[in-house]
Amino acid sequence: MARIGVFICHCGENISATVDVVKVAEVASKMQGVAFSTEYKYMCSAPGQDKIVQAIKEHKLTGIVVAACSPRMHESTFRKATAEGGINPYLCEMANIREHCSWVHERSEETTEKAIDIVRTLVAKVRRNAPLFPIKVPVTKTALVIGGGIAGIQAALDIANAGHKVIMVEKQPSIGGHMSQLSETFPTLDCSQCILTPRMVEVSQHPNITLHTYAEVESVSGFIGNFEVKIKMKAKSVDHVKCTGCGECWQKCPSKKIPDEFNAGLSNRTAIYTPFPQAVPNKPVIDRANCTWFTKGGKCGICQKVCKAEAIDYTIQDTFIDVKVGAIVTATGFDLKHTDFFPEYGYGEFKDVIDGMQFERLASASGPTAGVIRRPSDGKVPEKIVFIACAGSRDKAKGIEYCSKICCMYTAKHAMLYKHKNHDGKAYVFYMDIRAAGKGYDEFVRRAIEDDHVEYIRGRVSKVYEHNGKLIVKGVDTLLNSTPVDIEADMVVLATAIVANKDAESVAQKMHISYDKHHFFAEAHPKLKPVETNTAGIMLAGACQSAKDIPESVSQASASASKAIALFSNNEMSREPSVAAVNNTNCTGCLLCQDVCPYLAIEKEEIKDRAGNVLRYAAKVNSGLCQGCGTCVAMCRNKSIDLQGFSNEQMLGEVMSLLNKPF
Amino acid sequence: MHDTGHHDEPKGLKGRIIKATGVNITECYQCGKCTAGCPLNEEMDIMPNQLLRMLQLELPGYEDKLLKSMSIWLCLACDMCYHRCPQEVLLSKVMDYLRQESIRQGKVNPKAKDILKFHESFLESIAKNGKLHEMGLTLNYKLKTMNLMQDVSVAPAMLSKGKLSLFPHKVKNLKAIEKLFKRTSENKGGEQ
Amino acid sequence: MKIGYYPGCSLEGTSKEYSDSLFAVAEKCGITLETINDWNCCGASAAHTLNHDLAIALPARSIALAEKQGLTEIVIPCAACYSRLSQSQLEMNSHFVTKSKIESYLEMSFSGTIKLLSVIEFLEKYIFPEVDKHVVNKLNQKTACYYGCLLVRPKEISSIKRSEDPIEMEEVMKIAGAIPVKWAFKTECCGAGFSVSKTDFVAKLSGKILENAAENGAESIIVACPMCHMNLDMRRPNIKEQIKKDINIPVLFITQALGLSMGISADKLGLNKHFVPTDTAVKCVIKKEA
Repeated sequence: MARIGVFICHCGENISATVDVVKVAEVASKMQGVAFSTEYKYMCSAPGQDKIVQAIKEHKLTGIVVAACSPRMHESTFRKATAEGGINPYLCEMANIREHCSWVHERSEETTEKAIDIVRTLVAKVRRNAPLFPIKVPVTKTALVIGGGIAGIQAALDIANAGHKVIMVEKQPSIGGHMSQLSETFPTLDCSQCILTPRMVEVSQHPNITLHTYAEVESVSGFIGNFEVKIKMKAKSVDHVKCTGCGECWQKCPSKKIPDEFNAGLSNRTAIYTPFPQAVPNKPVIDRANCTWFTKGGKCGICQKVCKAEAIDYTIQDTFIDVKVGAIVTATGFDLKHTDFFPEYGYGEFKDVIDGMQFERLASASGPTAGVIRRPSDGKVPEKIVFIACAGSRDKAKGIEYCSKICCMYTAKHAMLYKHKNHDGKAYVFYMDIRAAGKGYDEFVRRAIEDDHVEYIRGRVSKVYEHNGKLIVKGVDTLLNSTPVDIEADMVVLATAIVANKDAESVAQKMHISYDKHHFFAEAHPKLKPVETNTAGIMLAGACQSAKDIPESVSQASASASKAIALFSNNEMSREPSVAAVNNTNCTGCLLCQDVCPYLAIEKEEIKDRAGNVLRYAAKVNSGLCQGCGTCVAMCRNKSIDLQGFSNEQMLGEVMSLLNKPF
Repeated sequence: MHDTGHHDEPKGLKGRIIKATGVNITECYQCGKCTAGCPLNEEMDIMPNQLLRMLQLELPGYEDKLLKSMSIWLCLACDMCYHRCPQEVLLSKVMDYLRQESIRQGKVNPKAKDILKFHESFLESIAKNGKLHEMGLTLNYKLKTMNLMQDVSVAPAMLSKGKLSLFPHKVKNLKAIEKLFKRTSENKGGEQ
Repeated sequence: MKIGYYPGCSLEGTSKEYSDSLFAVAEKCGITLETINDWNCCGASAAHTLNHDLAIALPARSIALAEKQGLTEIVIPCAACYSRLSQSQLEMNSHFVTKSKIESYLEMSFSGTIKLLSVIEFLEKYIFPEVDKHVVNKLNQKTACYYGCLLVRPKEISSIKRSEDPIEMEEVMKIAGAIPVKWAFKTECCGAGFSVSKTDFVAKLSGKILENAAENGAESIIVACPMCHMNLDMRRPNIKEQIKKDINIPVLFITQALGLSMGISADKLGLNKHFVPTDTAVKCVIKKEA
């Protein structure tokens, strides 16, 4: 005999301003199965929760309906109160009369009637609720960090230092990411590699971190606390155990004309190579797509001949390993648009029009010009450089409406670096706005203007073209009556838009995480959950989520790490029990449910007699994997499988009560 | 851009232009790329991006300044501005509207007289013949502007090369042309 | 092979040689151009400046007539007419209210299904397949291909791919055995309709174009628009006065250049009708080796 308690919340005025909550409580008290009904200003407050606890004891209630906000807000609050009152928390349900009623309608009788209808359906459901118990699953206390840039490195170190194991996967031959390509970092002008490489070494030496470079995630399955990940270890062609890192191989390699990705295409590298001198691990790999041995059927082979450690092995194949992890941090970073994206600036065909990363390499002491800013066309030092900010960003016509956030700062930095190296040179920056909101950022830009005499001109550049070995820049000064400003420059640096990696979409799909139209990964809530995704157990760190600078990437990485560490602080985690269950006495074993289950959570069970003979088969749900989507329930012809907490009877009960029909 | 359904409809000249042309004037964020790339940016009195700003802001006296400007008559409709505009604002369509509005309100800049007379002479030739009679156009233009020496040097050469005919080539169905001119003059550049 | 043809006022008047050379080239390749019966002026700049509806109606009449004539494709060699007709058709096809209104003014129906071809598209589609058989000469000179505005903008109606640095005309010139030069003013405006009313602007703008072509070694300039031709050719004295340089590079229509490579005589191509003498260009032409 059901004895349900109904609690109508005013929610301050959020509900009571539109719905006659007193009337709802009154009508509810007369509903079938209701033994107690009341209304209160703030059910989620301590006194409000206490009302539930007291009512259960006083009126010997067998179920609770709280008519208030969305269960996404306070279901757990009221279930805790229910448990405190002494009955199973899953006997408590919320009727959403705020988001579904008071917030979307005007005050009227009909609105109150709708609220009453909603309460009635939940009462009809709770009459059929059965006690449920959370499912405990073990937690694998190992984290996977995908991406070895500054964000991945920070997350890995934080988790490892908390005492947990970390597996880091990086697709390049070395960790370090884009930060390793930078010359100096704003606003301090620290040498980028000097502050990064100690961290890189720490990662490689940390006892809790297993580093796999030149590797990619192949597939991810499972769920929070229990992921199974397949990692592809790309064939390096070099045995890193035997290799001593002596460098003979790449010094002798005859294929020297491959565009060097690390130097942003400004110089060439060999087919067997380490990306940069401070690479971690500092051992080479062979780029098989450009290696003569692989492309011309076994010709060459010089590296193998000169290798004293006999570490070169052309026969190594890609291998796969399977790992079990409990949490995943995605830190796959970003990409840049290149100069070929700009028809009006030369389609990438003008040698002296370069992008920001290329400028970093020119300015970098370990770069292709040993830190001297030189024109790629003729090697001369430019006397006049024009920097164009907002190149491609904030540009609807080019499909990139967002702001890339870091360009205002790095453009100021570039202009300053140029002026520090060339006191008599002229630097111009064409900008639309200056976005320098971080700590010390605006002061940094002012330094560029006031101390280093960089000329800032407010206006966009319409066209750049080549003329007599120089570049004609046609811009405008909108602050000075929109006067056209034409500059004859020696070099033009485009602060190009930050975009997601080319393979971001396929990574997101492998991980089953959401992404937006620009292929940046989606956070669970833009304000309150910036590092979690909608897939439990998978966190985001760094620029893969949106364009950001180093301090923000590091902060986000530590935040992601804290989520993983929190998860690992228990040996077991509870899962919601709203999973499917099979009545194997009438299940016919057709296993249609197994075919349609998106989570591969259904197995075949053998029903045996006492002697051990198999009588028949039935379906069985793995409650650890089941996500409670209900697809199997829809498929089952027999109604042998049902969703706990959302059973067929409960659902039908709600529908019938909405239609005011007996059930 | 989502529609909240609570716009206040822009009134005044800006509102009329947006309604008539559909051009997204409010999206211009004054980057100046149009002005930077305009072939006649050194000759204009109001720069292309300034023109849009004046339309956006609708301060007293701006409408007058715009309609009396030379810039609207100098625009070549080369569409370089639109081609490079990050917000895809079709400025040449706005210029056409402003020209027509300037005539409607009798505010044509005196220095633009010749340009206007050339266009008028052109259309008069079409109205009469259905096709352009260059000789007729030139004579008509000279009479309107009193630039009697205009192109006197090239005319003989044009005639001898067979590029200028003394008599117009006419369309056969001149009645249809007449009707077109009559019907379209009743609604010059208004609703579209 | 027959396709429709819209000459436009210039091709029957001040730029007759464009028409003559187009017909000569088409004839060589077995293409018949069928003029639209009773076509009228497209309205050029004057119509869209003074009267929006007229600017749509005038081109629409010619297109409707072409439809009546059973034509499915028409080539419009004048870039300005091509722009006006394409814009009219686009507007008619996108705004139902406009379409009904204009149809009532015209007293004709308009289906908007005719394919409008620029001279470039025409050459690519109809002449290229045949051209190798007919090319007997090499132009053997450096040419600057000048597109002007209306072949490449606005993007809604242009078929050109690299709109800031196109290569379609260069492809034609390579077939004709010329050496196209790299230069920076391919798509800058020549001064358009200001030829008469503001000749000094034309002198300035076309002067910049001429200068850049010369600086980059061009021996001739190739155009596909009568307006551009007039501004660069007929207005050369004004340009010379403006830029204070004596540049005598001739300006050829693309069909004239192609025609020369196909062995058609300079006279037939109307090369004697220009203001800037074309013999320097004609003299460069040599026989193509087998």
